Amino acid sequence: MTGLVQAAPPILELRDLTVAFALRAGTLRPVEGIGLSVAAGETLALVGESGSGKSVTALAVMGLLPGRTGRIERGQVLFRTRDGAVVDLAALDREALRRLRGDQIGMVFQEPMTSLNPVWTVGDQVAEPLRVHRGLGRRQAAAQAVELLATVGIAEPARRAGQYPHELSGGMRQRAMIALALACKPRLLIADEPTTALDVTMQAQILDLMRRLQDGIGMGMIFVTHNLGVVAEIAQRVAVMYAGRVVEEGPVREVFRRPLHPYTAGLLASMPRLGTGAAARAGGGTLRAIPGSVPSLAERPAGCAFAPRCALARPACRAALPPAVEAAAGRLTRCIRWDEL
Amino acid sequence: MTAPLVEIEGLSKVFGRAPGVRAVHDVSFAIGRGEVVGLVGESGSGKTTLGRCVLRLLDPSAGRIRYDGTDIAALPQRALKTWRRRMQPVFQDPFASLSPRMTVAEILTEGLAIQRIGTRRQRRDRAAAMLAAVDLPEDALSRYPHQFSGGQRQRIGIARALALEPEFLVADEPVSALDVSIQAQVVNLLRDLQRRMGLTMLFISHDLAVVEFICDRVVVLYLGRVMEIAPSNRLYAAPRHPYTRALLSAVPDPDPDAKRARERLEGDIPSPSDPPSGCVFRTRCRFAQPRCAEAEPPLEEVAPGHLKACWRDDIGPA
Repeated sequence: MTGLVQAAPPILELRDLTVAFALRAGTLRPVEGIGLSVAAGETLALVGESGSGKSVTALAVMGLLPGRTGRIERGQVLFRTRDGAVVDLAALDREALRRLRGDQIGMVFQEPMTSLNPVWTVGDQVAEPLRVHRGLGRRQAAAQAVELLATVGIAEPARRAGQYPHELSGGMRQRAMIALALACKPRLLIADEPTTALDVTMQAQILDLMRRLQDGIGMGMIFVTHNLGVVAEIAQRVAVMYAGRVVEEGPVREVFRRPLHPYTAGLLASMPRLGTGAAARAGGGTLRAIPGSVPSLAERPAGCAFAPRCALARPACRAALPPAVEAAAGRLTRCIRWDEL
Repeated sequence: MTAPLVEIEGLSKVFGRAPGVRAVHDVSFAIGRGEVVGLVGESGSGKTTLGRCVLRLLDPSAGRIRYDGTDIAALPQRALKTWRRRMQPVFQDPFASLSPRMTVAEILTEGLAIQRIGTRRQRRDRAAAMLAAVDLPEDALSRYPHQFSGGQRQRIGIARALALEPEFLVADEPVSALDVSIQAQVVNLLRDLQRRMGLTMLFISHDLAVVEFICDRVVVLYLGRVMEIAPSNRLYAAPRHPYTRALLSAVPDPDPDAKRARERLEGDIPSPSDPPSGCVFRTRCRFAQPRCAEAEPPLEEVAPGHLKACWRDDIGPA
């Protein structure tokens, strides 16, 4: 053995992913030129505020863009399947995508009440992917569903399997959703704000659970969230999105310790942190807010979209889109003044 | 604490027919003049119900709410009108709480008109002044809520609450629907206004970090009961109730080098229609003992201004 850490080949690689929404008002691009990758066993957090494009990115990977208006305009979504083949999800037809989703790609959404079917029992829903993708019989699938519910920490799994989503608490519903997503041991899990609707104590439980299950399956995970605390708890790498682009990417520890984009720095500084409030109150201090607000999709400025809110901005920032530069090993930033931060 | 402006005593709220759902049960605490008190707890803890009772947007089932010395808990709605201008709500969702068919000017002057304060002209001037106070331009007056971003809408919600020059605000999750960068702007604004106007505030939130930042004292609710009350400095540094401890340790910290005290609460909050016997928290408490099931622990003072409802005296920070 050498001391070298061999980087695992990526399970998912986005290249120049661009999503276009054709609206009456014209074509809008909520996501532009995204390049990212996720390795087996790794969690990549996608963070950003509303309108940053983080959820649209996740939907595009899953092939779940609203069919009439949204489409992948440019770029590739390269997915390494279980048998080692690399397929471009952006080029697959619906049927082929459907075969991958729920089997090799699992999904967990923010609100389990709307993503679970209200007229099916929880057990039937968790069993469905096993029947569809694994060809299990009704009874076998039902038995495995109960086991899965137990794995995600639902007490009395056999009884719960016979209940409907509305009979479960929010935390339990999210556990059931996770059981469903992981039923076929996917290679990749895409989790879009899975703990945002939950209380902090329940959030902590669900994060523990997801970490544990990921270790067991060795899957890659894309975790979409707006909460930087959650990022630090769950992810090894983070991509910060602003107005449709990744503005910074790197290992969570390094990015949070020394952000290389003013937006990342601003986000970190604007967040009140537990244990610092007393000093702030005594000192009459204020939170360091980022001035202004996120530009709407139709009004994105030319050049760096963050420039109008950025204290470091200068004419060059508004003139042209800053290129993504590798400021250090594994660390990307789209800021021309990163070394002055 | 300064002389209390609001004194809540034995307040309960039961929904539905007997025995009903006890959303708030026998809650007592006071809010000093100019003080900001935080009300924290998970969903189902009764914090929103309590806030609405205090404003008499809901009628309490039992208990007293002494406002500046007068018990308003049982006053008929008509008699409340004069009190209403002294106490105002700020709601969570700036999308749902502003009428989409009223201009900002109409929204800001409605309360003044109902209270028959000033002439039309004066009301409009007041509205303009309020907009300036929340850092919005005057030309916003003639626009509609949908023309503003979430953060701007919440500023309008705050301006509306302040238009009547109240002395007391109940802010229910006022920044929870906002993005992080905007949340900080609105928190700063609320703090600044609170200080400048000497406002008294009940600040309801599930976000313990925001509460620490803005509140002088904190009341921790669980299943409609008070678990702990303490000055912020003490509550965050030296919590004495197992529930407070667990809540604090569940907050994710963005500092990658933070030492994480992991203390997980298992299971779900029980149904308020069928609360556990004795201490309502005991079913999820890792420190529970047999006696916790037998009787409800009283809220007792463990240090000046620091109260806890727990039978055990040996609980410290996690």
